[in-house]
Amino acid sequence: MTWLVGTIGIWLAAWALNARLAASGWARTTAGKLAVPILFGVTILVLWEGLVRGAGIAPVILPAPSAIAAKIAVSLPTLWLDFSQTFLKGALPGFVIGCGAAIATAIAIDRSPFLQRGLLPIGNFVAALPIVGLAPILVMWFGFDWQSKAAVVVVMVFFPVLVNMVAGLQASERMQADLMATWGASYWQSLVKLRLPAAMPFLFNGLKIASTLALIGAIVAEFFGSPIYGMGFRISTEVGRLGLDMVWAEIAVAALAGSAFYGLIALIERWVTFWHPSQRH
Amino acid sequence: MNASANATAPVIEAKGLNLVFQTADGPVHALKDVDLTINRGDFVSFIGPSGCGKTTFLRCIAALEHPTGGTLTVNGMTPDEARLRRAYGYVFQAAGLYPWRTIAGNIRLPLEIMGFSKAEMESRIDRVLELVELKGFGKKFPWQLSGGMQQRASIARALAFDADILLMDEPFGALDEIVRDRLNEEVLKLWARTGKTIGFVTHSIPEAVYLSTKIVVMSPRPGRITDVIDSPLPKERPLDIRDSREFIEIAHRVREGLRAGHQDD
Repeated sequence: MTWLVGTIGIWLAAWALNARLAASGWARTTAGKLAVPILFGVTILVLWEGLVRGAGIAPVILPAPSAIAAKIAVSLPTLWLDFSQTFLKGALPGFVIGCGAAIATAIAIDRSPFLQRGLLPIGNFVAALPIVGLAPILVMWFGFDWQSKAAVVVVMVFFPVLVNMVAGLQASERMQADLMATWGASYWQSLVKLRLPAAMPFLFNGLKIASTLALIGAIVAEFFGSPIYGMGFRISTEVGRLGLDMVWAEIAVAALAGSAFYGLIALIERWVTFWHPSQRH
Repeated sequence: MNASANATAPVIEAKGLNLVFQTADGPVHALKDVDLTINRGDFVSFIGPSGCGKTTFLRCIAALEHPTGGTLTVNGMTPDEARLRRAYGYVFQAAGLYPWRTIAGNIRLPLEIMGFSKAEMESRIDRVLELVELKGFGKKFPWQLSGGMQQRASIARALAFDADILLMDEPFGALDEIVRDRLNEEVLKLWARTGKTIGFVTHSIPEAVYLSTKIVVMSPRPGRITDVIDSPLPKERPLDIRDSREFIEIAHRVREGLRAGHQDD
């Protein structure tokens, strides 16, 4: 009972403190901008810890953050092995290949009205296939190791990037295209110097969506056959052994990796499309 | 480019030019039987209400539209050949600068496409920036500049590769009166300094009379030329020439021409 009361007390106190901080001028400084969300995050963790302990919740239902942290601390080599298998070998190459193929296909579609009529519907069709049906087939084709996981990721990221890139290539203004014509620019000159830069805000929308899909795809694909390591493999086997603290540890790693990957792409976006009204400050 | 020998050679020649757009509501006669000769060094204004085909005619010269009848030559070539030989610079109604390039980068763009050497590019950029009085703004991005400055930058871009013909489609239409006056003066100075042939679309009578050696009055439905006025005004034109009798007489004739075109509405 003391745990529960204490936790709720800390929660209310932190809430009140944060509300005052956010309302004060200090919240607009760099330190303030960091402190407010950090305090919020810490409050959530304390609340979680206190409720789990105070209400005596079974670790199988919900382990306390401290238990998850302890598990992470003792399992670092395993977590790193899983992370490198699933993220570095499965998600990342799949993301690069899938996005690269989508960009190349978008340019081909843009160049040829024939492909425009043919390829977009096929891309759409592939994107509509259920991933739980596709993953086992790709595991059969490409084997248990990371290659099949990368293949699943390729299929998942291809379509959102393709659709955005095709739209992006049509985004340059009529007048800007006319200017290229008046200078006697070739197709490739106008592609490189006008249409690709104009497509960047669209492309990065696609890449950001694809970054989250890539990790999901790589993890889910491991459910259908993998070597005896990998984040998806670990989650599915630890659930069977009721090792929920390990499942949560993998989830924590996945959340961190996914956020960092998304953040990295958003950072590159800010650098590449600095000229776009949404990025100007 | 023997300027003295070609002093009166036609640069742009249209004979019986027709352009019919096929639209969902049936054919639209954008240009009907347009005959016009523009000589080297002329400053020609096209004036008329919207839909009279003035912009369309300019776009035909630039090979951005293709006539459906008659002949049109630019420097003795078809417009498409002339376009590929970079015969003209085109300034649109909006500046149309690429936002991911600096002002200097925008001016460098046509030069990159045409394959100028690096040193040549830099010296040309410096020269045209000075010409449009934007020296020191080369490193700025377009969205950091006012509308008038952006439009001057777009003129600099059209001048950078030194084509003999400059086509301008209502370049100052979106700017306020004061900025417009100043830019008109600058365009005249530029024309006097460079001796280019200029085609200028406008719907302002004073602007047309102030700038031009030849005023082409057009009217809509179908788009056609109703009057061509050779201006008797001297080449040197201070802004207050607009209060002179000759100026007012020409402006009156232009207005009559525009009114005549409206009578059949």
